Amino acid sequence: MKLMTALLAASAFCGATIANATDLEVTHWWTSGGESAAVKEFAKAFDATGNHWVDGAIAGSGDTARPIMVSRITGGDPMGATQFNHGRQAEELVQAGLMRNLDDVAKAEHWADVINPKSLLEGCTYQGHIYCVPVNIHAWQWLWLSNAAFAKANLPVPANWEEFVADGPALRKAGIQPLALGQQSWQVTGLFNNLILALGGKDLYLKIFQDKDAKVAAGPDMAKIFKAADDARQLAQGSNVQDWNQATNMVITAKAAAQSMGDWAQGEFQVAKQVAGKDYTCLPGLGEPNPYITTGGDSIYFPKLSDPAKSAAQEVLAKVMLSPATQVAFNLKKGSMPVRGDVDLSTANDCMKKGLAILKAGNVIKSTDELISPDTTTQINDLMSQFFNDMSITPDDAQKKFAAIIGTAN
Amino acid sequence: MPETQRPSQLLRNLNAKVASVPMILTAMFVFVGGTLWTVLYSFTDSKLLPRLHFVGLSQYDRLWSTARWIVSIENLAIYGVLSLVFSLVIGFVLAALLDQKIRFENVFRTIFLYPFALSFIVTGLVWQWILNPDFGVQHIIRGLGFSKFVFDPLYNQEIVIYGVLIAGLWQGTGLIMCLMLAGLRGIDEEIWKAARVDGIPMWKTYIFIIIPMMRPVFITTLVIIASGIVKLYDLIVAQTGGGPGISSEVPAKYVYDFMFRAQNLGQGFAASTMMLLAVAIVIIPWAYLEFGGKKRG
Repeated sequence: MKLMTALLAASAFCGATIANATDLEVTHWWTSGGESAAVKEFAKAFDATGNHWVDGAIAGSGDTARPIMVSRITGGDPMGATQFNHGRQAEELVQAGLMRNLDDVAKAEHWADVINPKSLLEGCTYQGHIYCVPVNIHAWQWLWLSNAAFAKANLPVPANWEEFVADGPALRKAGIQPLALGQQSWQVTGLFNNLILALGGKDLYLKIFQDKDAKVAAGPDMAKIFKAADDARQLAQGSNVQDWNQATNMVITAKAAAQSMGDWAQGEFQVAKQVAGKDYTCLPGLGEPNPYITTGGDSIYFPKLSDPAKSAAQEVLAKVMLSPATQVAFNLKKGSMPVRGDVDLSTANDCMKKGLAILKAGNVIKSTDELISPDTTTQINDLMSQFFNDMSITPDDAQKKFAAIIGTAN
Repeated sequence: MPETQRPSQLLRNLNAKVASVPMILTAMFVFVGGTLWTVLYSFTDSKLLPRLHFVGLSQYDRLWSTARWIVSIENLAIYGVLSLVFSLVIGFVLAALLDQKIRFENVFRTIFLYPFALSFIVTGLVWQWILNPDFGVQHIIRGLGFSKFVFDPLYNQEIVIYGVLIAGLWQGTGLIMCLMLAGLRGIDEEIWKAARVDGIPMWKTYIFIIIPMMRPVFITTLVIIASGIVKLYDLIVAQTGGGPGISSEVPAKYVYDFMFRAQNLGQGFAASTMMLLAVAIVIIPWAYLEFGGKKRG
């Protein structure tokens, strides 16, 4: 609440001291080292148009930031633009008519032709109108490995999840934490979803999250996944960090051998000046054959504003964010993939190139943010967080509870 | 209002009545109105935005079949009982010790009261560090040579709530001590003299004479402690984030998480209605005994 008041006060202050160039406040939760380097690229490009980017960074992950953003929009104090993840997080705000549609900009800039994959623009479309700008593609399905940690344990760097699990005891013996995992529940669920897609395959993933089939969720295929999750929680024992970037830092400093995290982790390796292939290894789809990646990521939404100058600035911002130059600059820093298929990414590193190849092959699938509601996500988060921390819960018990959640999911 | 000979009852103390109008309006519309609104919408399937689509008791069904809610209630019960008992006991003992006309009383009072000047967020963070096994108490004691020493309450499901309790007591007992000290200073010196003349031991004087005389102070203290217990939220957020797993979740955090993070207002309202109900069950009989029936002296 205090933070809210401070933000309200801050934004009121910004309103009072408005300059000639239009100030536009953009709220987001891009606060780690790699992320804030990336967001500066947006600010730079927007400032170059003669407007002014007012940075509204909210620290502490999306779970903390989103309630603040939603309260500001529903409470009648909308910001100029705001980040949400691709998918259903802003669904009801759009339904309630609080967001402006971007049909004119989209048409003038031919978004329908340039945005790739097409499902991203579909995610922004509600009843035929476009309400958001996808700015990047983030895939969750990565396993990041520290080469130094495996060298210390005299092991070759594993090529897939099974090999990594087999290396667990040897890593422990060498005094290395096998798996780094932040305690926040979304990270635990992310790891679990990665196991479903990588080990269970695309069909299982879609049956669970798209069809919400409780029978499949209780079936033998999922039992295997819960067995794998059981391995994972054993390997993650002793990883006493909270934030994802602290966990990534354990891998960077070779205190931990691996982390399964989305490709935003790559920005941290970059900030630490590590080289893909030499200092760290990345395995898309956890190294399993025929990897699929989810096209989650971030979109920028624009609340309806009454001030015409600000509304015009919103259009400029939307245009700038999708311009090829900004897309390249932003995504290289952030470690994510651009939403345009027509930009030059020859400067991308090895890991990102692996990701781009999968993207090009069309092995993409919707992320859970797009398939299930935040309510269901929270329930799964709670369950996973409980399962990973309480060794007395058997995989069987957890699977039963999971099936019950999927049965009532929406 | 018809004119009468006698000044109307309503117009007596007019200034005071006018002055209290804003508070009455606030109480009516914000507290009572907000409460009724919340209860009403707890029977709907409101998601991100409230809407009147009634679904009966299904939010409550789901609430009571959710493991996290049950854990939250248990934690609040443990924290509540222990924090009530320990705050009162420690607070009173400290106050009684300070009341022995010791030297440097001001210094001690300041030291004990100091933690209260910190917010729960800061308290939580400080104790998160102190209790962290890698560089807190455990690390220091192991450094002294006890290499098997284990003290990591925040990373152990079974005892995490006690780790929170330690931080809560550290922050809160100073205030309780001050209230108690004020109460003790309010006791007439003659009482002590009389007790001494009768040869009553000091501990007996405290328990059978002084404490009963301090009843109003105890009631004030009780209300302050109890309200602190029910609204326990920020300490958990700062210290454990509800973890490990869901083992230190509390009801207020459940309400917040479902209303805002999960975008499920209905579920959050149902949980907050249950919290209101629990408070009402405790408060109403007590208030009835305390204030009802008796004429005010």
